[in-house]
Formats: sequence, structure tokens, C-alpha cells
Amino acid sequence: MTLLALEDIHKSFASAEGPVPVLQGVSLTVAGGEVVALTGESGSGKSTLLHIAAGLEAPDAGRVLVGGQDMAALPDTGRAKLRRGTVGLVFQQFNLVPSLSVGANLAFQARLAGGHDAAFCTQLAARLGLSDLVARYPEQLSGGQQQRVAIGRALAARPKVLLADEPTGNLDEATGDAVFALMLELARAQGAALLLVTHSARLAGRCDRVVHLRAGRLA
Amino acid sequence: MTLAALLSHWARNKMQLAMLLAGLTLATALWSGVQALNAQARGAYATAAALVSEDGAARLDTPSGQMPQSRFVALRRSGLMVSPVVEGRVVLGDTRVTLLGIEPLTAPPGTAAALADGDLQGFVAGGGFAHPETLAEIGPSDLALTPSQAVPVGVVLVDIGTAQTQLGMAGQISHLMLTGPAPRPLPEGLRLSQADAGAELDGLTDSFHLNLTAFGALAFAVGLFIVHSAVGLAFEQRRGLFRTLRSLGVSLRALTFALALELALMALIAGLAGLALGYVMAAALLPDVAATLRGLYGAPVPGSLQFSPVWALAGLAMAFAGAVLAGGQALWRLWHMPVLAPAQPRAWAIASGRAMRWQVMGALGLGVVAVVLAFTGSGLFAGFALLAAALLAAALLTPAVLALCLQGAARFARAPVVQWFWADSRQNLPRLSLALMALMLALAANIGVGTMVASFRATFIGWLDQRLVAEMTVTPRDAAQAVALESFLMPRTDAVLPLRRVDATLAGQPGAVFAMRDHATFRDNWPLIQAAPDPWDRLAAEQGALINEQLARRAGLWPGDSVVLPGAGAVSVLGVYPDYGNPLAQAIITEGWFDRLYPGTPTRQLAIRTDNPEATRAALLDEFGLSAQAITDQAQAKALSLAIFERTFLITGALNVLTLSVAALALFATLVTLSGLRLVQLAPLWAMGLTLRQLARLELARALVLAGLTMGLALPVGLMLAQVLLAVINVQAFGWRLPLQVFPADWARLALWAGLAMFAAAAWPAWRLWRAGGGPLLRVFAYER
Ligand SMILES: Nc1ncnc2c1ncn2[C@@H]1O[C@H](COP(=O)(O)OP(=O)(O)O)[C@@H](O)[C@H]1O
Ligand SMILES: [Mg+2]
Repeated sequence: MTLLALEDIHKSFASAEGPVPVLQGVSLTVAGGEVVALTGESGSGKSTLLHIAAGLEAPDAGRVLVGGQDMAALPDTGRAKLRRGTVGLVFQQFNLVPSLSVGANLAFQARLAGGHDAAFCTQLAARLGLSDLVARYPEQLSGGQQQRVAIGRALAARPKVLLADEPTGNLDEATGDAVFALMLELARAQGAALLLVTHSARLAGRCDRVVHLRAGRLA
Repeated sequence: MTLAALLSHWARNKMQLAMLLAGLTLATALWSGVQALNAQARGAYATAAALVSEDGAARLDTPSGQMPQSRFVALRRSGLMVSPVVEGRVVLGDTRVTLLGIEPLTAPPGTAAALADGDLQGFVAGGGFAHPETLAEIGPSDLALTPSQAVPVGVVLVDIGTAQTQLGMAGQISHLMLTGPAPRPLPEGLRLSQADAGAELDGLTDSFHLNLTAFGALAFAVGLFIVHSAVGLAFEQRRGLFRTLRSLGVSLRALTFALALELALMALIAGLAGLALGYVMAAALLPDVAATLRGLYGAPVPGSLQFSPVWALAGLAMAFAGAVLAGGQALWRLWHMPVLAPAQPRAWAIASGRAMRWQVMGALGLGVVAVVLAFTGSGLFAGFALLAAALLAAALLTPAVLALCLQGAARFARAPVVQWFWADSRQNLPRLSLALMALMLALAANIGVGTMVASFRATFIGWLDQRLVAEMTVTPRDAAQAVALESFLMPRTDAVLPLRRVDATLAGQPGAVFAMRDHATFRDNWPLIQAAPDPWDRLAAEQGALINEQLARRAGLWPGDSVVLPGAGAVSVLGVYPDYGNPLAQAIITEGWFDRLYPGTPTRQLAIRTDNPEATRAALLDEFGLSAQAITDQAQAKALSLAIFERTFLITGALNVLTLSVAALALFATLVTLSGLRLVQLAPLWAMGLTLRQLARLELARALVLAGLTMGLALPVGLMLAQVLLAVINVQAFGWRLPLQVFPADWARLALWAGLAMFAAAAWPAWRLWRAGGGPLLRVFAYER
């Protein structure tokens, strides 16, 4: 079943020299349980595509369907509800709520969506090597630790669609591989659609499919 | 070069710069405005003093404040260089003025100068001189008055004959001015006194000016909170820049110098703007202040402001001092920062956690100082020191108490967003704490001063009702008319109660002794704060005197003690009565005894008890041809007293509003400055499914919650302030002590204002967050900030 569908997405940004096209007709579908790697040079528009898929940004043209629902047809509150309950997001930076402890951060989205499972959270924390850190605050963690909390938080909510923007960029190779494996395992187990941006050809190779973004189109 | 790099920060943070300048400008404006008011009033006292006497010149007077004019003639014939003066308060046109009657031929040069350009013929024939402002207030009147800048405001200078007619002092003069050396020995029955009217007014009005100064200092402090927080934030934000500059080879000394220069530049700009604003503010407030001083103390203060360079320099110096005070910490930290200090956010938090501990310790220390002062201090200065220590302690304690409240609330929260709301508020508290302290201070000052004024008002009105029982009072033209009036009124009214008084020094203070007729009106109504047994019977039996609260508190005289009255020696104190609005000491003895002690003292007023004031009034007008102004009914007297009262506290209200506005501005400045930082904190929540509208609403709600908590904190602090004002400051400054009364409706109104101020401060950043859409938040995730 297709959980995420992007249809002929166009997006350009205004600049001093007029509009700069970033995405020029991108179409992509990700089915439940499927893991797709998105690659591309820096500045090619990967993050932009993810933002559009998450409903954080509107495309200039094209349709975004999440769980079969057209994002553009939803009001702001409806899109927020989708982000809360259906989509999980992991960004490159500044993922965590600074005023909440690691434990609270891990559980936060699941509780927002109303699907909090304390045992599952504890288990996730253990598998991500965060068990000793739950009482700490984000600013007391290293970049890699923060990134693992962000991944744990997204997974804890059991989203139907998981979007991750260079989730292992801050991790050393061993940890990165372990975390990557965990994401793959849980996405498959939960039947979620996983779209992740990575620069690592090695990690991309372990995904079901690799799409490459160049000159505003997928290859 | 370095300076240019530093200043470029402000170009990108225009709002921050505006806040910094606005804070310093307002602080300077409020302070220098108050100083301008004080200087203006003090200058006016000196002018007034110079008019009635040469510098430090002496005068000859009698305890009764009157002597026959023949006395002057005799003394002058004997070769003594004296000039007669008739002085008194009188209603002219629409206002009450001090009528000063002089004799132009013998008057000292200082007084004569006031007449120099006038025409003497007209003067002697019943004309007079007055300040243009006084003329405007009087409006049309029977006297032909000429404007003159040389006469103090509130004074009308007339010929001695004119004054005698107007004041009902035919054949009498008030005192003699000495224009030559003092005679030795003094002529029989006369005493030599220093006619230093300026000094006397200084003493009386000191408390008023001290109050103003204290308010100015408070406003200045609140303003500095803004500057301090703006400078601190700008410093934090430029940490990276400092590091870059230093690693590029800029020496620490050069960097410090550049920062100091920057601060000085701002102080100069803000100082000049503050002076201009302060001048405008003082000019706007001066009429009220002048009216207060004239109403309460009869002090001749003009309602228009003059510019003084000394004042301007002092104001600028204050702006620089403020900038140094507010920016010193930042400079100090710069000196102690290693070249490559990492710009960790955690360092800020640790530093602010430590700061909070220091604040709590400082607050406890100040609290101890306040308690010690409360129990051991005496005098007005100690009172204000107590206030300052207590207020500062409360301000320092504010962040810690708010933090406790927010932590407690977080513990009870269940929903994740609510939990986040409290935790996030708690985490951002250190950044807001300076502004919240300023708000707390402003609110506490409002509650304290408001409660003081309202308590005073309630007591004052009750007291007026008791004191002004007589249905009407009549002012006779002269002593003969007083006698005639009394015998005329006796059979027609329930009671005629004459008012006679002599000026006297009581327990070393300027004051007066009054005569009181033994009558049920007084026995039933005259309020007493403390009394010996049977005070009225004993008063009638000439066994003692009643004294007013001012005298009792200042001299420490209470029932059982005794007070020395001129001519009577030590007299026991039978009771103490409240006497609000009067700065002078008073003693009352029974009428018969008074007349024996001070024979020939004229009756100044007659209080009349009657069931039919209208008929009595008509009879008086018909039979005696009294002017309508000579008769005051009870309602008029009450209205006049209340008007004076309201004017006294008008200025307080204005300063209250200003202080609150400064605090609101501080909040706005801080919230705007923080809004960039907030994006990082809010972005994850938005990504996780909160709408921007929800987030903006939460931002507003947070501001309101903080305002509410701050108000809750300000309430006890304000009541404490009111209690100190009523029980310490008022007693020291005015000599009366009032019970504290609470007015919850006023608090509700103030809470509403605080909420509005906070809402106004938070609305713009929240609105911007909502309207800007997700763009700025997305840039957070893209690490492109
Ligand atoms: N909000 C924005 N405004 C203007 N340009 C943007 C904005 N967001 C992204 N861009 C531009 O779009 C291009 C693609 O950015 P991005 O999607 O972040 O690339 P990637 O993630 O592949 O490195 C870049 O050139 C970037 O500068
Ligand atoms: Mg990117």
C-alpha cells in the first residue's frame, strides 16, 4: 500500500535574481514497509523535498498524498494533525525540545499523538544507548546523542510515514550503522514508509530503493 | 575598525538598539525630570525669601503674630530702622493667595526692587503687583493688579493700607522688618527672629521633595533594568564576534576600549534625548506639583519651568553612570573570557543558575538589612533606606519564586503540551528575569503608593466629616466686626465658635496655639487618637492642652507628658488629635485661658452651628454687608480640602503610570530580542504537529501567566510598601500615621493593566511568529540560521 505519494512536485525559491527552481517535477511513491534512500549533491533540494512531504512547506505545483490524504486539501490544523499522528520527522539539527528532559523528549510525540507506550519507549532508549541519559537535558548531550534521541522520538510514535534528513550524519560509523539498522528494522516491522536522505552510498545500498535528485528531478 | 565591527551588530538588531536607547533615555528622563521639578521649587522658595527680607535679615515680631501700627510709628521715631509688614492668606478672585502688605518708603531695597518699575501712586492708592501666573489664577478681582516677574507666584504685593483692609487688620501689622542693625536690648514685648522664609519652606517641603526623588530613583532603577538586559543580551549575541576579533589580533584592551566607547556613545545619545524628554515631562507635571506645594504649604512655586545648565549636566552624568552600571558587568565578563571561549548555550544556563543563587543570597542579605532598619532605624532617610532594601530584596527574589511556581505547576501538568509549556517557561525565565523584576517593582510601587493614597483618602474624608461639623464659617473684616458678628449671631444660631490663634514655637517647632470654646460640638465630634481620662472636662478646667498628631509624634509628646506653651509654661497634654494636611504643630487650650494668656488676639474666623444656614447667610449678607467670599459653607470647605488632597497625589499617579510603562517597555524589549532564540525552541514542536497559531497562543498565554504570577508576587510586596509608607515615611515626613486599608478593586484594575501591558509586549513577537509562517522555522532545521 502506498503511504507516501509525491506527484509532479515543483518548487522554486525567490532570490535577488528572480525565482530559482529547486524541484522541477519530482514524483515518488513509498509503500508501507518500504525503505527509500534519497541522495543528491548538497543544495540539490533533498531537504526541501522532505519538508514538502511532511507538509511543512507547500509545493508550487503538484500533489502530496500522505496515507492517501491530499495535503493541499487539508486546513492548517489538518496538516498539523497528520504531522502529529502519521508522520515522523528527523532533521539534521535542532530536533529536540530544549526545555524537556531526554526521557520527556522521547515520549513527547507519542503522547501528542495519543499513542504513548512506556515500555516501548524504554526499550527504544535501551536499543539507542540512551538508557543512562533519560534524566539529562538536550544541551547536555553531544550532537550524536541528540540525533539518537530525535530518531527514538520519531520511532516511539510509530508513524506511518518516517522522514529522516541525514539522520546518521552526526554519528560515528559504528553507531551510525547500528542506528540505521534499528530504523530499518522498526520501519519494516511497523509497516511504515521510510524515506531517508543519506550521503553514504554504503547505507543507501542497504535500502530497498535509491533515488537520486539532480537538477530538480529524480533519477 | 573594531568599533565599526561592533556597531554593525546594532544595524542588524535595530530593535535591540532602540530598546537600549529607549531604556536609558527613559531612565534619564524620569530622573532628570524629577530633579528639574525639585530644583524649580527650591529656587522659588529662595526668590520668595529674598522678597520679604534681605539675605538673612531679621525681623521683630510678637507671639500673637500681630502688633498695633502705633508700635511701628514709635519705634521709627526712636530711630530704629524698621519697616512694617502685614501678611495673611486671603481669597482673591478665584484663588487663595498670600497678601503681603509693605510700606514702600521704608521697605528694604530687595522689596522695593519689585516696585521699581511700577507706579507708586497707584500702589498706595490700592493697586498691587503679582506674578502673571497668579494674576491668571485670580481672574477678575476688586484690586487693580499689575503683572510683575519679581513677585513670587501665589503672593500679591500691596500697600500696607490695602492689606490691612483686605485682611481685616485695621491698625494692626504682622511684624517689622529690620532694615538696619538689631536694637540692643530688644524693645519690650518684641522678639527677634530670622525671617528666613525660604529655610522654613525648605523644612516643610523637604519630605515632599524627598518623596519625588525616591520615585525618580525608582524609575531610574527600573529603566536601568532594561539597559542592563539589553546590554547583556547584545554581549551574549556578540560573543562569536569578540572571539573572531581577538583571534584576528585585536587586543583585549582595544576591544574593551571600543566597547566602552560604544557604551559612551549610547549614553550620550540617550542622555541628550532623556534630557529633552525629562524637560518636557517636568514642564507637563510642574503645574500640578506647583499647585500641590501651594495648596499644602503655601509655597510660592510658579507653574512654568526654567532651563538650567547645571541640571542638564547632572542629567547627562546620570545617563553615563547608568550606562556604566548597566554595562559594567558585560565589560567585566569580557575581561575574564578566554580567547576561544566556546559559545555554549549551556554556559549561559549555568551562569544564570549561579546568578539566581547569588540573587537569592543578595535578597536575604537585603532582607536582613530591611528588618534591622525596621526595628532600629529612625528618621526619613532610614525609612527610605528600609524601603529601598525591601524592594530590592523582593525584586531579587522574584525570579527564584517564579521558578518555584513554574516548577510546581509542571509537576501537576498531565498533557504533554502543558508540561512543555511550564518547563519551557521555567527554562526561559533567566532571560526574562530582569524585565520581570522591573515589572514586579513597578507593580509593587503602584500597589504600595495606591494603597497609601487610598487609605489616606478614606481616613481623610472620615476625618473631614468630623472636623468640619460647623455648617458655615465667617471671616470678619476686623476685630470690631468679629465682636459685632458674635453678638449678632448668638441668638440666631445654635452656637458661635470663634477661632483665635497665636503663632508659637512648640517643642522647638513652628506652630500655633488655638483657643477652643467649651462646647458639645467639639466634645462630640473632635476626633482624638489618644486621650487622658476626661480630656474635655480637664481642658475646660484649664488643666492642660490638646496637641495635634504632628507635634505629638515629632516631639514624642503623649497624654501624661507636658508641652511648654508661650506665657503658660509647661502644660500637661490631655489628648492628641489627628490634623491631616497641616504641616505645622498645634496646641489647643480653652478659650478663657487663651484670652488671659494672649489678650487682644483678634478672632480670625467664626464657626457657626445652625439648622438654617441659608437664612443665616442671608442675614449676614444683609446686616453686615459681608462679601460672599467671607462666608464659607461646610460643603465648600470640604470640596476645597478634598481638592487640595487630590492635587497632592496627582503627581504620584502620573509617576506610577510612567513607571509601569517603563516596565512594559522592558518586557517588550526582552521578548523582541528573544524572539530569534525562541524559533529554535519552537521549531521542533511545530514539526511535531502543533500549528503556528497554537504556538503563538501559547506564547501569549505564557506572557499572561508570568504577568499574573508577578502580580501575585507584587501584591504582598506592595502592601508591605504601603505599610512602610503609612507607618514610617508618612510619620516622618508629615507627622501623621494612618491605618492601612485594602482596596481589592484597585488591585483587580492594576492586574488588568499588568495583563494588558504584558499582552501588548508579547503580542507583536507572537503575531510575527504566526504570520511569518514556517519559513523561519524551516531554516532552523536546515542549519541556515
Ligand atoms: N527558504 C528558502 N529560501 C530560499 N532558498 C532556499 C530556501 N530553502 C532552501 N533554499 C535553497 O534551495 C536549494 C535546496 O536546498 P536544500 O533542500 O536544503 O538542499 P539539500 O538539502 O539537498 O542540501 C538551496 O540552493 C537552498 O539555498
Ligand atoms: Mg539538506
